[in-house]
Amino acid sequence: MEIKFSNRGSTLIAAFSGELDHHFAEYARNKIERELIKATTRDVVFDLTGLSFMDSSGIGVLVGRYVNIRKLGGRAAIICRNTRIKKILEISGVLKLMSVHDELDHALRALSTA
Amino acid sequence: MQPVNEMKLEFLSKSSNEAFARVVAAAFVSQLDPTIEELADVRTAVSEAVTNAIIHGYENRIGIITMVCRQYDKSVEIEISDEGAGIEDIEQAMQPLYTSKPEMERSGMGFTVMESFMDMVRVRSKPGEGTTVTLYKTFSSAGK
Repeated sequence: MEIKFSNRGSTLIAAFSGELDHHFAEYARNKIERELIKATTRDVVFDLTGLSFMDSSGIGVLVGRYVNIRKLGGRAAIICRNTRIKKILEISGVLKLMSVHDELDHALRALSTA
Repeated sequence: MQPVNEMKLEFLSKSSNEAFARVVAAAFVSQLDPTIEELADVRTAVSEAVTNAIIHGYENRIGIITMVCRQYDKSVEIEISDEGAGIEDIEQAMQPLYTSKPEMERSGMGFTVMESFMDMVRVRSKPGEGTTVTLYKTFSSAGK
């Protein structure tokens, strides 16, 4: 599992690759938290395009970060094309918190108009 | 009904074995010629059950998790057992969003995910003795 970070203005893009399960949840959590506390970050896009697997442990990571992003006044969106991961996001209610998009541009547009 | 094929795997309750268990289950189930989606369903459900055994069954102590897979004509039965803490109230544990460990950022969606991706999920548990989760799935393409 790997997370690569990039920035578009004050938006942090966290691009996941590999498999996100309980084994990698703490690693993912710590890595994103370190980026969130940087003053340059306001909004976050979780790019799950590179994930080949995610179970409900990933939900805990995303929702936990979402709560912290909101506390700091930011917003978050998700990029995901994998139907199985989308289904997990849907049944766990994540779609009520964050919008899900196919492309980065759509996610960035959603954050700028939200 | 007698299974056509059967396998049993024992492994330590280490989180690195979550990926191992779901790969083994998927490899065994592949004999039924499932679709890629069906195989992903099995991988996800097995991952949830094994994670539960590690976090809730053994509460991060090291114990043995047993996985038994039985293959029938068009279906599979996967039994994941631990000899850990057990569950006091199974009905409550299976409620969506219920978690006994919110401080660990557990989403409380494990059983709901298993139920969404498999045809049936059965849970047997005795406090202090352990838990067995059985996952059932019939494959659309099997036997074709």
